[in-house]
Amino acid sequence: MHKIETKEINLHYGNFHALKGINLVAKENTVTALIGPSGCGKSTYLRLFNRMNDLIDNVEISGQVLVDGEDIYGRKVQVDDLRKKVGMVFQKPNPFPKSIYENVAYGLRVNGINDKKFIEERVVSSLEQAALWEEVKDKLNKSAFELSGGQQQRLCIARALAVQPSVLLMDEPASALDPLSTSKIEELIHTLKKDYTIIIVTHNMQQAGRVSDYTAFFYMGTLVEFNETKIIFTNPKNIQTQNYITGRFG
Amino acid sequence: MKISINQRKRYTQNIAFWIFRLLSFMVVAILFIILCFLIYNGIKVISWDFLTQMPEDGMTKGGIYPAIIGTLCLIAGSMVFAFPVGVLSAIYMNEYASDGWIKKLLNQMTSNLAGIPSIVFGLFGMALFVNKFGFGDSILAGSLTLGLMVLPVIIRTTEEALKAVNDTFRHASLALGSSKWQTTRRVVLPMAFPNIITGVILSIGRVSGETAPILFTVAAYFLPRLPHGIFDQVMALPYHLYVIITSGTNIEESRPIAYGTALVLITIVLIMNLIANAFRRYFGKKVKMN
Amino acid sequence: MRISALVTSITIIMIVFFLFREGVGIFKSPSVEKGYVIAVNKSNAVETLNSTQLKNIYDQEITNWKTLGGKSQEITVFRVEDITNYYSEEELGANMEYLPAKISEVLAKTPGMIAFFPSTYLVKNFKGKVLPLKNISVANFLGGTEWFPTAQPSAQFGAWPLILGTLYVSLIAILLALPLGLATAVYLAEIADKRTRNFLKPVIELLAGIPSVVYGFFGLVVIVPILKNTFHLDSGQSGLAGGILLAIMALPTIITVSEDALHNTPNAMREASLAMGASKWQTICRIVVPYSSSGITAAAILGIGRAMGETMAVLMVTGNAAVVPHSIFEPLRTIPATIAAELGEAPQGGLHYQALFTLGCILFIMTVSANLMAGYISKKKRLA
Repeated sequence: MHKIETKEINLHYGNFHALKGINLVAKENTVTALIGPSGCGKSTYLRLFNRMNDLIDNVEISGQVLVDGEDIYGRKVQVDDLRKKVGMVFQKPNPFPKSIYENVAYGLRVNGINDKKFIEERVVSSLEQAALWEEVKDKLNKSAFELSGGQQQRLCIARALAVQPSVLLMDEPASALDPLSTSKIEELIHTLKKDYTIIIVTHNMQQAGRVSDYTAFFYMGTLVEFNETKIIFTNPKNIQTQNYITGRFG
Repeated sequence: MKISINQRKRYTQNIAFWIFRLLSFMVVAILFIILCFLIYNGIKVISWDFLTQMPEDGMTKGGIYPAIIGTLCLIAGSMVFAFPVGVLSAIYMNEYASDGWIKKLLNQMTSNLAGIPSIVFGLFGMALFVNKFGFGDSILAGSLTLGLMVLPVIIRTTEEALKAVNDTFRHASLALGSSKWQTTRRVVLPMAFPNIITGVILSIGRVSGETAPILFTVAAYFLPRLPHGIFDQVMALPYHLYVIITSGTNIEESRPIAYGTALVLITIVLIMNLIANAFRRYFGKKVKMN
Repeated sequence: MRISALVTSITIIMIVFFLFREGVGIFKSPSVEKGYVIAVNKSNAVETLNSTQLKNIYDQEITNWKTLGGKSQEITVFRVEDITNYYSEEELGANMEYLPAKISEVLAKTPGMIAFFPSTYLVKNFKGKVLPLKNISVANFLGGTEWFPTAQPSAQFGAWPLILGTLYVSLIAILLALPLGLATAVYLAEIADKRTRNFLKPVIELLAGIPSVVYGFFGLVVIVPILKNTFHLDSGQSGLAGGILLAIMALPTIITVSEDALHNTPNAMREASLAMGASKWQTICRIVVPYSSSGITAAAILGIGRAMGETMAVLMVTGNAAVVPHSIFEPLRTIPATIAAELGEAPQGGLHYQALFTLGCILFIMTVSANLMAGYISKKKRLA
């Protein structure tokens, strides 16, 4: 069984056909990169997995999205449960206007956990996993806005990890950061791979090459090519993929 | 049976949303109750005669003709003053003034003016127009007072209207060699006009309903004739309503007249609001499409 | 065009100028109306009196000069019309031509007397002592608990009950309006679908458009009787009636401003919260509302500002008793209502007239500071 699988996914925004028949699988504990030019549907596709597209009016979805073999658009599925299992990190760091500690504890609290000790342990371990603990351990009660951009993004990762998801969705997590913070995030993705299945949308070809095991190239709502990253980058079968990777368009 | 955390979250959310929905509709209910109450009690009184006759018998019988005319005079008078001043002021602030402390100051002053209570306008109008300028209790003094009061409304809506006009039109016109004033007059103003009118309509609604500013600047307690000129006093609908429910000669007997007056007053305000809304909806779309 | 732009600023400056010119005048004069004097016997040691003391003397609450720092001596109160108790009509002359001389005489004869009479009756060789009177002080005006501007001989200008009344009604209004307004704003901004919103928004605008006299009328014929019957009051005209009415009137302001504040919450915050498995309700409670808290505070303050300045509705339903209110069921009186009710009867340029302008100044300061505070609070957040 694959960790994640989509079958014949079609998505419409009103009259706009945004995703056209996407089939894709992701194995457990791998990193899959979604690449392609702006507007190709990669972010929309990413947001299928935690049903964030539900928030937009006028969206119609057909096909199946399976996580751990279960159709997440099925009737019995509760969105809150799904989103606990599938965490998400956004393009721009978006910490809550709360303290560092409360940011990480938020996911636990909204899911009804009140045990102080448990929360504290989880906060510490999540911050450690996100490689932020050493930098913030003395100022847990300070506002999250006092951190630098890169730190804020790692805080957002820690926040997502705190509810112990098994899948982590990342929507261009380093696009708003400086090179140094970017490389920290990339290192982090490497270590997180051991415990999580990661899907990452990125604009940055080198980044896709550095962090991912598999790469999917999207163009105009279709999945043009999907393969192991090294094959995509060295020997793409499709001419469009080749053009994009070599920088001829996009 | 143990309720799962998800179910609990869902129940709380459903209950909370229902409470909020209920509270929101309470606001609607308040409006409805007030409207129904006035319509139910007032509709019996309204007739052609009621609208076109002079009050009689210590304002317990007859119509409210002079009050209607008085209010119309005040609307016209205040608009004659506030419309050009407000629109020019907004044009200056939006098209001409550069972003600096002057603009900031003007903005701040406009919002301050909007926050001043209407009774203070009344005091001011009395001190300046009635006493200092010697206009006496007159349509002129009342109109100027009301005009100053609605000035911020007109300035704000005009500014919004001007902002809604896309800069590309300005640039296109300027690129053709027309001056700034030509551009403003021939390109920007015509496009912004419908929205500016919305502001005017809204302020007409406001002017027709205000009592406090006209108490000491124009309003006559009882004056069963039409005004002779701008230095004459007039009756006005809101003040008339106030008088016949609190200090008329026979409060009980003039009650029906009060309901009728309130209904006329609120009808004017409602119609103004509806027209403004329709205007905004109709032309708002058009501007956006541009 | 530039002149037009300046009209708002000029207006404000002129409002301030005129309001304060008339309003400050009151602190330059004693509380006894111009053209009248207070006089005592020459032997009296008391140098001066202020308005409260004068009032207490004439109300016979102070009956001995000792209380005022003089000798222990009974106070005899004298008004012009009391002259007939001392002299016959013949002695005063057919046209009262001897009245001034007789006033002087009676004052000289009675050591404990205090007299209040028009200064035109002051004869050349007056045998009494005209008391120089203290000017009305700012502290007296603001802190005085009695508002009785037509009192004789000394008008009482204690604005404290009025200030308190204004704040009191506004507070009741905001306590009632804030929960309802906030709930509606949250519903509009976060919960309602587009159709409901398109229906609710105009309704709220209409609510804002209803003239305040109409609200007052509605309050007088509906709310006041209901309150009277429910709580078995002597009169339903009370602070509560005013508060309820003002709450309705402040609703549109509170709803619109807090809805704007809620809209300003970045979508990224909402998404992040939802992506963690929080429900929409949890997101609203824990993220959106706290994030917009400063905007909501600003809305509340603006609402208070509106409520404080509201005139007609309050004038009609609060009963207008100028006393320090002790419960919400008691009548009270606000500053704007006082101005509206009394300015018509106050002779131009007189003390009463000036006092009402002073009230206008106080109201102006209260509302402008509320507005500035609201602006400051919402701006502060935008920078953060």
